[in-house]
Amino acid sequence: MTPMLGIMASSITKSKIATGSFYSIATVTGTGSSSTITFSSIPSTYKHLQIRAIARQVSGGYSSQSPTIRFNGDTTAGNYNGHQLFGYNSGGSNFVAATANGANLPRFVQGSAVASSSMYGAVIVDIIDYASTSKYKTMRAFGGNDTNGDASGTNQIELGSALWMSTSAISSITITEKNAQSFTTASTFALYGIN
Amino acid sequence: MADTATYDKIATTTLGSAASSITFSSIAASWTDLRLVIVPTSTAANDIQMQFNGDTATNYSYTSLRGNGTSAASSAQTTVANISWTLGGQIDSIPHFYTGDVFSYSGSTYKTILMSSQEDDNGSGIVGRTVGLWRNTAAITSIRLFTGVNFLTGTTATLYGIKSA
Repeated sequence: MTPMLGIMASSITKSKIATGSFYSIATVTGTGSSSTITFSSIPSTYKHLQIRAIARQVSGGYSSQSPTIRFNGDTTAGNYNGHQLFGYNSGGSNFVAATANGANLPRFVQGSAVASSSMYGAVIVDIIDYASTSKYKTMRAFGGNDTNGDASGTNQIELGSALWMSTSAISSITITEKNAQSFTTASTFALYGIN
Repeated sequence: MADTATYDKIATTTLGSAASSITFSSIAASWTDLRLVIVPTSTAANDIQMQFNGDTATNYSYTSLRGNGTSAASSAQTTVANISWTLGGQIDSIPHFYTGDVFSYSGSTYKTILMSSQEDDNGSGIVGRTVGLWRNTAAITSIRLFTGVNFLTGTTATLYGIKSA
């Protein structure tokens, strides 16, 4: 430790958090030929849901992309509403996405325009009180991608919120790429339940 | 769907004396993502920065969005030698709160990190979000957190592992 003029964390162990309140429900990976990710048959046994994902498009030549998230297969225009705040190389902006047939996730999906195929964007999505049958569902998301200044692959950092105006418990989640471009096979979407 | 309890504390450090860095080493590839939670104080205002696997080359880049109570701004740093949490802000004698989520840290892609910073100094401060990139496909086995000054006694840093199904 001393030569590093710092502190080494010692005794790295795998000790479970006593509460055991964070559970892995399912993981879906891209197929390389589909623009849709679906979690189905989600049990109502948790309080909240969290999705953690990295993603990239196979082709299409786009920069970073904002996929759409829908619940229980609902594509009704007007049932979703959302706000997004984002930044990139300079400045910053925000906008409202209303009456869409799905909520926008942050622009985290790395487009194929960027030079390196190893670059992936990431996102964390929290869906609050998803099993409630008396409340509309609120979601927050934080995501982005960085391309080390690659001119073809816009880097983005984005915060988002969204509302699904339904009192149904969420039992399925569908995430769809807006440009109908496929997710690469290294794209992963992991769903967790939180108590 | 089967479920599995999956959020583990890997290691935690609470400084018993001032130090300029904290390193988590020998990180096993047992999880899917890593999560850092840091509450530092320092002897003087400075950045808090991060490197992986001892890589001090300019293989890092990051893009930040932040607000300071007056205005919001975003910016990007490319081809730099570390990822900073405090672009536009700084650690100081008041405890601030930082998180970092390292995705697919043992996977074969470049490594993407989502970071948050909460810095309130009773009259000034910054809230920020950052996406960082380490351009390396190697599994991350060590993380070094460091500052240009010293972290003070009582600074805490905890590393968690999150494992997907």
